[in-house]
Amino acid sequence: MIGHNTLVVLLGCAALGVAAGVVGSFALLRGRALLADAIGHAALPGVVLAAMIVSLLGGESRALAPLLLGAALTGVLGLLALRRLTASGRIRPDAAIAVVLSSFYALGTVGLSIAQTLPGVAQAGLSSFILGQAATLTESDAILAGALALGCVAVAVALFQPLRALCFDEAFARAQGLPVRALDLTLLGLLLAVCVAGLPAVGLVLVVALLVVPAAAARLLAGRLPGMLALAALFGAVAGAGGALVSTRFASIPTGAAVVLGGLVLFAGALGVSRMRRA
Amino acid sequence: MSAPPVEIQGLTVRYGERPALTGVNWTAAPGLTAILGPNGAGKSTLLKAALGLIPAAEGQVRFFGLPLEQARPRLAYLPQRASVDWDFPASALDVVAMARLPRTRWFGRLPRAEREAARAALAAVGMADFADRQIGRLSGGQQQRVFLARALAQEADLFLMDEPLAAVDVVTEQTILAVLHGLVRAGKSVLMVHHDLSLVQAHFDQVLILAGRVVGAGPVAEAFTEPAIARAFGGLPGRTPTEAAA
Repeated sequence: MIGHNTLVVLLGCAALGVAAGVVGSFALLRGRALLADAIGHAALPGVVLAAMIVSLLGGESRALAPLLLGAALTGVLGLLALRRLTASGRIRPDAAIAVVLSSFYALGTVGLSIAQTLPGVAQAGLSSFILGQAATLTESDAILAGALALGCVAVAVALFQPLRALCFDEAFARAQGLPVRALDLTLLGLLLAVCVAGLPAVGLVLVVALLVVPAAAARLLAGRLPGMLALAALFGAVAGAGGALVSTRFASIPTGAAVVLGGLVLFAGALGVSRMRRA
Repeated sequence: MSAPPVEIQGLTVRYGERPALTGVNWTAAPGLTAILGPNGAGKSTLLKAALGLIPAAEGQVRFFGLPLEQARPRLAYLPQRASVDWDFPASALDVVAMARLPRTRWFGRLPRAEREAARAALAAVGMADFADRQIGRLSGGQQQRVFLARALAQEADLFLMDEPLAAVDVVTEQTILAVLHGLVRAGKSVLMVHHDLSLVQAHFDQVLILAGRVVGAGPVAEAFTEPAIARAFGGLPGRTPTEAAA
């Protein structure tokens, strides 16, 4: 029997999976999927800082909205740091991502150990942001994350044509006069929003997998982008809701891990089907 | 006579410290122009800088007497085939239809009329039967024709093409040359980066010969000469003309 709260959490995680599948598909095709990893890790100091500020101000440190806002803020800082590092062309993007990801995460971990000693913050359950714990989500948390995710889907679907043109051939899009910079920023904003929305349920370590795995699996099967988006959304929803269900039943399993393992099963299936088709 | 299709003044482009093009002054006459030169001569760089895809250190380019931003709707671009990932999940029609995006609203599906225009462009390069095929399952020559169709679908007055005849089959070469002549008959102009010197005499009106700077330019009969070719292809250190032309 599934309780009302559990059902809302499952729906929230499914919405998150849909958004991760759709936004992740564009990010994958644009070669930006790994940015999700940098954003996820860069979010931790923001979450910790937000919890500390809220509790200092005497607020409820479990409230999700300020934590997500903090996550988004340091997520943006992480992206700006990345841009700064790669601007000269002397540091490659992969090295820059590694530097940003690890330094922000280290900073967040130190902050977390300090914050845990503060009264009011210790109970906020911040460590569940690392590996994700859907079971601890309240109904309103799940609705907030789900609504944010569905907003991202709406924007990505509305901008389907120009985003596809950008992902396929940036030079041509630029030559046509499409606002390539603004489109890239929009895509980055969507990536950031999905990462942040996914933090409490999936956790910062594995949120990248929710963005990449369904999209990669869908790409193996679909010949055109609309089909790829639909499949990625479906895979994301199944992985998201399935993972959340498993972790609400077995509280010791972090949601992030369950979601990713579910996604990997789908990916393996997609790989098998695409191999059989080629044979 | 109206303004020339392209007018380039003092164009200099650098990649970091290394100059790729230095002080290019050139005015294109209408018709079919081949941009010739050895590897690294700055041929693709000239097209990209003219279109604002890479920054120019100095100089300015005008199309039909207009700056780039105002001239854009009259320009079409055909990048090198190898510049994109052909495993991208798109059909031939999807790719060609991208050319119609500036003409329509962005949101939602592309209007039927725009899709029909894209279909007509595919038919013009002999690819009507492949409209729904995933682009990764086309041959190299067919992919090149899809790119040409996309440029045609831009319905431009000036076409800037980067090596559309590189490594294509005979059918594709014939199709592309026929399309180019059709464009010129319709009063359009084409600037084409090109490497096969044997085709120049028969098919092109003008040449622009580059080797980091302008080595020769003008009508084929006047400018496409042995000494100019030798200057361009022998002009880079450590290369003989035959090696460079290979």
